Amino acid sequence: MEIGPIWRAMWQSKGGYLLIGLQIAVTMAIMVNAFAIMQERASKMGRPSGIDEANTFALASVAFKPDLDYQSLIREDLEMLRNTPGVINAVVTNSFPLRQGGWSEGLHREPGVGKSVSSSAIYFVDEHGLETFGMNLVDGENFTPAQVAWDSDSDDFWPATVIITQALAEDLFPDHEGSYVGNTFWFNDDNPANIVGVVERLQAPWPTWTGVERSMLVPLIRESEFSRYVIRTEPGRRDELMPQIEEMLSASNKERIIRSVETAADARKLAYLGDSSMISILTFVIGLLTAITGLGIVGLASFSVARRKRQIGIRRALGATKTAIVRYFMIENFIVSSIGIVIGAILAVALNIFMVQAFALTPLAWYVIPIAMLILWTVGQVAVAGPARRASNVSPAIATRSS
Amino acid sequence: MFRYYLKLGTLSIRANPILSALMVAAIAIGIGACMTIMTVRHVMSGNPIEHKNDQLYHVQVDNWNPDDPYDDPDGAPVQVTYLDAKALFDAGRAFRQTTSFKTSRVIQPEGADARPFQEESRATTADFFTMFDVPFLYGSGWDRSADETLEHVIVLSRELNEKLFGGENSVGRTLMINDESFRVTGVVDTWNPVPKYYDVNNNPFEDPAQLFLPFSVAIAGNYDNSGNTSCWKPIPDGTGREGFLASECIWIQMWVELQNESAKQDYMTFLDAYVEEQKLIGRFPRPLNNHLRNPDEWMRYNEVVDDDVDVLLGLAVLFLVVCLLNTIGLLLAKAMRSAKNTSLRRALGASKAELFKQHVIEAGMIGVAGGLFGIVMTWFGLRGIENLYADYDFIQHLVRMDWSMVMLAVALAVVSALGAALYPTWRTCNITPASYLRLQ
Repeated sequence: MEIGPIWRAMWQSKGGYLLIGLQIAVTMAIMVNAFAIMQERASKMGRPSGIDEANTFALASVAFKPDLDYQSLIREDLEMLRNTPGVINAVVTNSFPLRQGGWSEGLHREPGVGKSVSSSAIYFVDEHGLETFGMNLVDGENFTPAQVAWDSDSDDFWPATVIITQALAEDLFPDHEGSYVGNTFWFNDDNPANIVGVVERLQAPWPTWTGVERSMLVPLIRESEFSRYVIRTEPGRRDELMPQIEEMLSASNKERIIRSVETAADARKLAYLGDSSMISILTFVIGLLTAITGLGIVGLASFSVARRKRQIGIRRALGATKTAIVRYFMIENFIVSSIGIVIGAILAVALNIFMVQAFALTPLAWYVIPIAMLILWTVGQVAVAGPARRASNVSPAIATRSS
Repeated sequence: MFRYYLKLGTLSIRANPILSALMVAAIAIGIGACMTIMTVRHVMSGNPIEHKNDQLYHVQVDNWNPDDPYDDPDGAPVQVTYLDAKALFDAGRAFRQTTSFKTSRVIQPEGADARPFQEESRATTADFFTMFDVPFLYGSGWDRSADETLEHVIVLSRELNEKLFGGENSVGRTLMINDESFRVTGVVDTWNPVPKYYDVNNNPFEDPAQLFLPFSVAIAGNYDNSGNTSCWKPIPDGTGREGFLASECIWIQMWVELQNESAKQDYMTFLDAYVEEQKLIGRFPRPLNNHLRNPDEWMRYNEVVDDDVDVLLGLAVLFLVVCLLNTIGLLLAKAMRSAKNTSLRRALGASKAELFKQHVIEAGMIGVAGGLFGIVMTWFGLRGIENLYADYDFIQHLVRMDWSMVMLAVALAVVSALGAALYPTWRTCNITPASYLRLQ
């Protein structure tokens, strides 16, 4: 191969090659880190929330007349909702996964204030919660209607039974083997909670929280001016039932308003808006960057071909084939790209280490680097192909001209 | 000579249209990427109350769990309890002071077919409006006496006044809110501080409250806090609202206005003394950990600017570096192409300094063109961001370009282009006179 002579020829005008190599290196550093971030965000967005997102929506009832009997209002609303054709089940609760607002509590393995050993999101529900959220109960059983308590503002009551997620159970009792059902932990200094059931998955309302998989169902209905209903419909009937149910509840009682009507899908979109936008922005950036680097290679290669027209002509006149000329430029580009890519890989790792420390990102997966290498090699070869073909078309006769 | 070099530059740019276009495009795209993110960051990290930054202070007192400090850099809770809000407010030791929280209220407009609707509201005290320089369209805030007498007074936003009273002067009119009658004392003119520095605990990037009402009225009426509430110590069973108000739960934002450094020192001493006194009755189990932070410090402490913005800014700067490396390469190519010309000029007596000037002016022209197109790119970039975040209502306030950003874009472009021109120009200037003429 002609690597030796090509290398020596390149060394003669190293400035230009060094620049393109550096450009490829920085491009590589950006590309690798952008890929790493995109991958992190995509896997975050891919986590299931645990509820039947496609067929679930929620709305809030806000009472504005004082002295309203909240308990009867909630009972009436729930009965109406559950008897609406097309509704699988409905529940009154404080929040739902992906809503980004909710209630959390520190948990203890022993009674007393002290430092909590774990924390969990709290969903207040009745015995219909399990079906409304569409959760998979892997151990124990659902609440019985008798376990469900009502709580008005005047007494702060905590029920003694809970259903928790598998992730919370593992966090609370790391050394425990076998069933978690029957185990007890404490909420505050003196509120024991006995685990009656374990569900496979139910995310907390905050997707950014590190403990997002830790949550629990508490059999309690809180009587206050504000109640949130979560409604699960038969597949495909959500959009048709949403306005219908909103109207039905609005008409049923004029002393409250119905607001915050939103689907679980809307909540997901909003909860991951930052992540999905980040992916879009980075995709765009990588595309643009690749295009600029590609164009830069085309520009410099064209210039180099134009400058070496005479030299190419002489080589052709001395018997070099067209393929040999094309190969010359391809190899030249491959050398520059390779140098850039190797420096780029080092830069990429350094940048990643810095970003992991400064912004608590996940370190990049090793295979991102070879992927980026392949992309940049390909871009370089494609970009140089045009100018190289033009070079191979230089007539050998040019060698005979004086300049 | 300057005009002559401008002319030479124009000729040179015209002689290499594709190469020149590529350079302008590369600078424009690099500047566009940088400026898009910088604009968003500029708005997010702004301080709308800069002119009072050395007079306003957010109050933090550490009433947290002795076994488990509050989860932030210096372990001091970011809001205060009702107990402390009331005690510190009643002591009145600052020039001005305000306690406030976020609450949702249902407004019942007059008229049989008018539907009630909910608005985000802020329960606060009289000084809020003067402390934060809230501009008034009509009337003013309420008197300090209203805070004490539980007078049912409200201040409306311009938008809400538009909706309820068609935009006329509604001072003195009454309004039903959650079945209670309130009298309007003022209408706020357009006021949308970004970030919402007075309450960064509950989303610093959201629209400000649509109505303001007295803190004391909200407490007496048991208005729910619609912002964050955090507790560490359980509230005794069966104590209800009274128990909550007497609890160690934090949910209120407290600000004080202190006119100078010595007033700040005095207030700090007062805070420490207050906490020491509370320790005697068994509260504040942690060591003294009180803080007064001005708006700048407060926003930085709460990391108002999202990490993602900084990550993107870093990548955008690197992006600009790629674009500039590209430009340097192209400029070098161009310089080599015109080496013959340069060599001739040198042979005819142009000094290195003159050649340097000529090429720097040419690069400057490309920089200005890149900067101008960069502004256009920035505009498109911001529209792109706005589109991506269309579901987030507040985004329109974060993608606004101001003149300082436009100037910065051009300056950055020119500096970048000149920086990029240095190496190629240096190479050009070192071409020996007549060296390229020999080939002819």
